[in-house]
Amino acid sequence: MATGAVTVERVQKRVRLFNRICAGVLIAFALLWLVPLAWAVDTALKPNAETTNTTWAIQDPTLGAFSRQLQETAILNWFGSSLIIATMSAAGTVLVASLAAFALSRMRFRGRTVVFWFVLAGIMIPGQVLIVPQFREFDALGLLNTYWAVSLPQIPTAIAVFIFKQFFDGLPRDLEEAARIDGAGYFRVYRRVIMPLARPAVAAVAIFTFVGSWNDLLWPLLVLSNPDIMTIPVGLATVQGAFGIRYADTMASAILGAIPLVAVFLLFQRNIVEGIAGTGLKG
Amino acid sequence: MSTGTATRARPVPPVPAPPSSRGARSGLPAFGFLAPFLILYLAFIIGPALYGLVMSFFNTSLVKPGLSGFAGLDNYAEALRSPDFWSSLWHTVWFTILTTPPLILLAFLFALLADRVARGRWFFRLAFFAPFILPSAVVALIWIFIYTPVIGLAEVTLGKIGITAPVWLGSETWAMPSLAITTIWWTLGFNFILYLAGLQEVPRELYEAAAMDGAGPWQQVRRITIPMLARTTTLVAVLQVIASLKVFDQMYLMTQGGPNFATRSILQYVYDEGFTNFRVGYAAAVSTLFFLIVLAVSAVWFTLVRRQEREV
Repeated sequence: MATGAVTVERVQKRVRLFNRICAGVLIAFALLWLVPLAWAVDTALKPNAETTNTTWAIQDPTLGAFSRQLQETAILNWFGSSLIIATMSAAGTVLVASLAAFALSRMRFRGRTVVFWFVLAGIMIPGQVLIVPQFREFDALGLLNTYWAVSLPQIPTAIAVFIFKQFFDGLPRDLEEAARIDGAGYFRVYRRVIMPLARPAVAAVAIFTFVGSWNDLLWPLLVLSNPDIMTIPVGLATVQGAFGIRYADTMASAILGAIPLVAVFLLFQRNIVEGIAGTGLKG
Repeated sequence: MSTGTATRARPVPPVPAPPSSRGARSGLPAFGFLAPFLILYLAFIIGPALYGLVMSFFNTSLVKPGLSGFAGLDNYAEALRSPDFWSSLWHTVWFTILTTPPLILLAFLFALLADRVARGRWFFRLAFFAPFILPSAVVALIWIFIYTPVIGLAEVTLGKIGITAPVWLGSETWAMPSLAITTIWWTLGFNFILYLAGLQEVPRELYEAAAMDGAGPWQQVRRITIPMLARTTTLVAVLQVIASLKVFDQMYLMTQGGPNFATRSILQYVYDEGFTNFRVGYAAAVSTLFFLIVLAVSAVWFTLVRRQEREV
């Protein structure tokens, strides 16, 4: 008995020391991870002439780089396009995926299994392998250089249907049965009973679609060549190198491009983390 | 509220239970719900997938309407004989080899450490995860500047501790490892979150029981944590391999596939052939081959998961 207690105490002491070393190592890595972002901010606050010194100290801190970016580039237009496209994609995905998931989760009909597997197959197709035929399709439709060209292929996301279906399957059926007995149709049940309960799933799908759409590069790069409607990543890719050695300006454009997403992250940190953990592990 | 009104208006359920109602059996209402998704899905995913497959058997050109002449398997044969195809495939695989082990091991290590730290977890989440949500273009701008010769932070910092830095993006040998470092910094947060979630599933009692038996921290990690996280690791590994195979942005933005095509990925090869050389039939064939590779990786994952489930 006594020796057991001594062992436990000794192990606990070792564990405490171990935990402290863990914290130290982790803090060091976390700080290292923050260096690139800190360096970008530091550089953007310097006058261009100072940026080749490669020191953290700033002699004449200035916001000049930011104001030059806002005035000289079309970055505000790109913000607008990115916002419109990402919102269209997120709203569209939430709507069509939740409707489809409702049918798959709550309605009995012939061919349900077939539809289910048909949608499942979509998860296996990486969007990148479709760029060539999709480009020809949008070219033929005359939709190149429109918001639709970017947004439409982002809306039918098979994985979103699964996230919703999984969530709906977990909701108790009593509530909607009561509503059905009261004579509510399927759409009413969907709108008034299921969707209000599905807020976490809506948040996860909306945030992931929004961020994914906002950050997408390859597809928008192909279909948007008009500088006025470019998204942030495409716009930044085209001005890349345009500033030459005006490094403060370059870093300011990077930071301006990052700000909306940093805001999204800080606002929805919880949903994002839970979304990844939940869907990733169950997927 | 509205349901309440409906109750008063219709006190007796006049409709039969949902599954047996006639409309439901015919499936019409269900297809009403499915239609918006299915129409877009057919129009913009399945349709293009089939169109791409068809196109891969034709000499289709970007600048000519229609499919043009039938090519049979010529596009596939050409791809499999093309040194450019194989080198871009190898670059993609090399990138995957360089990024996958660190992205799994470091994410695991950081999550393991974070799991033992009681306070300030938000700070670690912020530090490791914040880069992940940035657009690739932002990441590229920052890292190109860090990798700049002579005045770049990477070279200057290494110089201070007496290490001669390589030319990073400018060297055929170092360009790919440089892109890998950037990618590890950028995407580690995703795996970190997956591992953190996996660690929370490990019952605390197991550690306490192990401590009772005199197992030290290292033994606890080796005998409890690592085996318990086997499934998470399978998931992380496969998602990571697939994500790495799909690399495009970093190369396109930071090296344009150079120097001397040393970092051209398979997707950039598709992009170059299809949209620079206008050979979309050939590009579609390369896309199909790439799709088969991704499919094979997914199949391996599926088998691994099945085996793990049988073991549990």
